Amino acid sequence: MSPRAPGPKRSEQTQMTISNAGTGGTAAATGQPIVELTGVTKRFGDYIALNRINLSVNAGEKVIVCGPSGSGKSTLIRCINHLEVHDAGRIVVDGIEMSNDTKNLTAIRSEVGMVFQQFNLFPHMTVLDNLVLAPMRVRNLSRAEAEAIALPLLERVRIPEQAHKYPAQLSGGQQQRVAIARALCMKPRVMLFDEPTSALDPEMISEVLDVMVELAHEGMTMICVTHEMGFARKVADTMVFMDRAEIVEKAPAAQFFAAPENPRTRLFLDQILSH
Amino acid sequence: MPRHLRLFLLLGLALLVSGCADSTYTWGWHVVSPFDARGWTNLQFLLGGLWFTIAVALVAISLSVILGLLLALPALSTNRALSTLSRSWIEVFRAIPMLVMILWVYYGVPVVTGLQLNVFVAGVIALALCDSAFEAEIFRAGLQSIEAGQREAADALGLSYLDKLRFVILPQAVRRILPPLGNQFIYMLKTSSLLSVIGLSELTRRANELVVVEYRPLEIYSFLVLEYLALILIASWGVRKLERRMAAGDRTAARI
Repeated sequence: MSPRAPGPKRSEQTQMTISNAGTGGTAAATGQPIVELTGVTKRFGDYIALNRINLSVNAGEKVIVCGPSGSGKSTLIRCINHLEVHDAGRIVVDGIEMSNDTKNLTAIRSEVGMVFQQFNLFPHMTVLDNLVLAPMRVRNLSRAEAEAIALPLLERVRIPEQAHKYPAQLSGGQQQRVAIARALCMKPRVMLFDEPTSALDPEMISEVLDVMVELAHEGMTMICVTHEMGFARKVADTMVFMDRAEIVEKAPAAQFFAAPENPRTRLFLDQILSH
Repeated sequence: MPRHLRLFLLLGLALLVSGCADSTYTWGWHVVSPFDARGWTNLQFLLGGLWFTIAVALVAISLSVILGLLLALPALSTNRALSTLSRSWIEVFRAIPMLVMILWVYYGVPVVTGLQLNVFVAGVIALALCDSAFEAEIFRAGLQSIEAGQREAADALGLSYLDKLRFVILPQAVRRILPPLGNQFIYMLKTSSLLSVIGLSELTRRANELVVVEYRPLEIYSFLVLEYLALILIASWGVRKLERRMAAGDRTAARI
């Protein structure tokens, strides 16, 4: 319910390119907090999925969340755009506090892009229609304006020639790149990735990761759940390790990989890096 | 024509012919013959009922599809009051026989509300009310069959509830439920014959009236059977064509 923090108006920002947050890399860690979770708790019945999570992400920061399955990683990022409704605590995104108020919710959701494990493209629409739907309906752009945003994005994810195909005609890697472009069409300030390469055939993982690395270098704020540690090393400013509904360790990426403090983190890293 | 259909038709024809051969019945097809002056008038009278049958079924199915959708949405929501209301509606109207509903609406509603209903309006209301329960169940199944990821993707993009429904969920659901919806329309075409009891001048009513005048029930009812058969074969052909078009994946989504 809290009013938006003072700052540049959204309409001015939409004129900028997506790479508006600086030069990327570790330089971005100096930005203002754009996502703030305070004491966030989420229960599914008796099961506690998130236990009083505190996390602050700065504009331009790349946060990689890892941890064993069932540790609450997905639930965590799904709370940030209200796909899961948290039971306690506060979530503030870009100065807007999360509440059940539809207006706040739409405002937050149009600032936050999300990429899913299963792509979730709309199968009855062409690639281009998938991309322009939200800009036209949520941002009230004309079709021409929306396509002017969508087509260059398809170039960026390297599939301009597929604009008029249907999702089922594309490979998994191509579908996931369309899904990334679809999220970027809303010119979000934060991108959430929920295991974006877990459903892909091995030979298609790198084409998706390449696009994500590029996005990271352009300065996009990213929160990404993934087990791709090579990718994590390449782009992460901050690593977060979760286990049993809690953040066990949060550290700058270099330190996290070189000398993890918590024994559970060490064990997890040993297990996934050993092969 | 599919092979089994041809077989059925042949079998029916054979029975009809053999039955005729055995009996001493003298056929009087002239009552519905286009080459007979009186037969031609009768034919025009009988076929005139087609428009009422088609119109009443079309209007009723349109209403019941809208009603069914409105009933299905709360059934899926978390709003207790709304979903209870919709469940009760479905349970009540599913339980009332169509004929009873027709009689009740035609004779009961004017007394209860003071509104004078003509037979067409009464018929449409009765058919639509009864059918709405079934449409609601069809829609509920269709909406439930859409993967959660589709809703989540629409939500994550910030689409409003109505936009999510209109552009993402319904186009996919409708494609899946088209076969049962088509069935329901065909069922409606047939059920409209019950409206003859309240005097709607549709196919069955006209046949009944002509039988009283001509006293040739076998010929006239046989012709009635053929009328329904032709009507429904055409309707189901249309439904199949529509299904194929939608399955082909061409633009069936609402224009953004």
